[in-house]
Amino acid sequence: MKKKTLSKSTWTYIVVILVWAVVMILQQAGALSSHLQGLLVPATYYAIVAVGLNICVGILGELSLGHAGFMCVGAFSSSLFSIAMQNTLPVGIRFPLAMLIGIAVAALFGFLIGIPVLRLNGDYLAIVTLAFGEIIKNILNALYLGVDSKGLHASFTSQMDLGLEADGTMLINGPMGISGTPRDANFTIAIVILLIALFVAQNLVNSRDGRAIMSIRDNRIAAESVGINITHYKMLGFVVSAAIAGAAGVLFSHSISTLQAGSQYFGYNVSILILVYVVLGGIGNISGSVLAAAVLYLLPELLRALSSYRMLIYSIVLIAVMLFNWAPAARNWRTKVAARLTKTFGRKERA
Amino acid sequence: MLSFLNYLISGISLGSIYAIIALGYTMVYGIAKMLNFAHGDFIMVGGYAIFTCMITLGMNPFVSILIAMGVCLLIGVGTEKIAYKPLREAGSPLAVLITAIGVSYLLENLALLIFGSNPKSFTSVVSWSGLTLAGGQLRIQGVTIVTIVVSLAVLLVLQWFVHGTREGQAMLAVSQDRGAATLMGINVNHTITLTFAIGSALAAVAGALLCSAYPTLTPYTGAMPGIKAFVAAVLGGIGSIPGAMIGGIVLGVIEILARTYISSQLSDAIVFGILVVVLLVKPTGILGKNIQEKV
Repeated sequence: MKKKTLSKSTWTYIVVILVWAVVMILQQAGALSSHLQGLLVPATYYAIVAVGLNICVGILGELSLGHAGFMCVGAFSSSLFSIAMQNTLPVGIRFPLAMLIGIAVAALFGFLIGIPVLRLNGDYLAIVTLAFGEIIKNILNALYLGVDSKGLHASFTSQMDLGLEADGTMLINGPMGISGTPRDANFTIAIVILLIALFVAQNLVNSRDGRAIMSIRDNRIAAESVGINITHYKMLGFVVSAAIAGAAGVLFSHSISTLQAGSQYFGYNVSILILVYVVLGGIGNISGSVLAAAVLYLLPELLRALSSYRMLIYSIVLIAVMLFNWAPAARNWRTKVAARLTKTFGRKERA
Repeated sequence: MLSFLNYLISGISLGSIYAIIALGYTMVYGIAKMLNFAHGDFIMVGGYAIFTCMITLGMNPFVSILIAMGVCLLIGVGTEKIAYKPLREAGSPLAVLITAIGVSYLLENLALLIFGSNPKSFTSVVSWSGLTLAGGQLRIQGVTIVTIVVSLAVLLVLQWFVHGTREGQAMLAVSQDRGAATLMGINVNHTITLTFAIGSALAAVAGALLCSAYPTLTPYTGAMPGIKAFVAAVLGGIGSIPGAMIGGIVLGVIEILARTYISSQLSDAIVFGILVVVLLVKPTGILGKNIQEKV
């Protein structure tokens, strides 16, 4: 008898929607503190970047330490668009368009950066993505952009150097960033984007293209010898990964009042933080990334009562989990314990 | 012209600090095949150790540095034993990388708890005021000269150690082929521990020089120099000792000159841009060996 079961990806969608429903009910009932409410959008957006990065690390098998850079270009480009269109387009049209622009710009950067980066291997690739992420952050941090009747003005030195006319407005004010982006994003929109990102990722994994990408990960030379176009498929994986990170950037810029290209938002530390989510959620396990990002983002925030000890506890937990999950000694011990448990309780071991 | 010379010298000095850190990175990478992301934080630990000995306890700077080297050595070897060694046979470089990130968070937050987030102002370990040349137009600070001399000495000693002693030869063997080295009777675990000990002790020296040249000390002092030194190690060809030196000095000079003549905000972008360009032309770095891929 063949039993019909729901696939794992369907379960992921159901769980995400259930979480959304529970949060909405709690919010209506007033059971969520304002602090917790402020964490909902960031937690979702970290989950989205984690999905994007997992495509690069888990499916494509290349370590990227520069995904914060793709978030950064997505955030800035969409913010500029939203500010420009603030008074001409209603939210219902403006935000989807801003989202598309952010995704397109991030994908374009993914493509341009991918051309040189994907020629390298392993740790060299990782360090060059880190370099590109820092370059993007650094340039946007130093960029002054203004507009007046004569058109766009850009400078890398100061606001004065722009030489704006009296009617001009500043768009990007160097390290002060962009202010006044309409706050179009909320938790519901963030969940919708997360579902779309999950859908894209799951479909990519289960498609012909996804299998080609994974074959490159498993054995590049064997894949090449059966006629898989390495450059094409590597680029495909990298661009999709960058585009999803860009979508998260759009959410970010539309949920805060001032967008700055500072290290705490777009530095290599953020890329590493997301990599931690991906690895703890399971490399190549898309739903695991969402869970890990949500739990690990909320964990330090919920440990706030422990004040200065929370990051210390977080780091110790991180090291302990890595050792427990990966060390061969710990793995053997776990198999032994599992074997003993099955013996005692006589239950069948799951594969 | 003289001002250019001045900037060039301070660039070489900054580069020498990067080079000492990069030596630690490159040795650990060459032998244990892992990116020790916590290496930058060993610099900070060394800085705080010297700060405690020299300023709080009023000890001699030289003794303080020796104690700091001991502290960093113990922490380096301890992390290797507790956090990295169990994962060595796990077969996933990512697992070790994430654990190293965990160690980095741990050290930063321990320092934050013990010493607080307020920056400590560091007194230079070098009391010599330096040289004045060309009729007072060219002033070279004492710490600048000491930094350059120390890094050259470290390079020479390391080169001699790696090529001239049994332990050094064992390191070379392990870095080339771990399995074959084991078969030849080399104790791989011992060699890796020794590498961590040397790399961490060097980080303490780098911490002393870095904090003497840029005298503020916070729990995050080591992070950015650590990343830059890693870039320097890759630039020079990761795994190569002279490569780390060249990469470090190139990076330091470019950073100071870019900051002075182009833009202080964009200097980091230029430094990272140079890395990208070099790796595109020579994908294994300036002195890196090109290993042919076999099917």
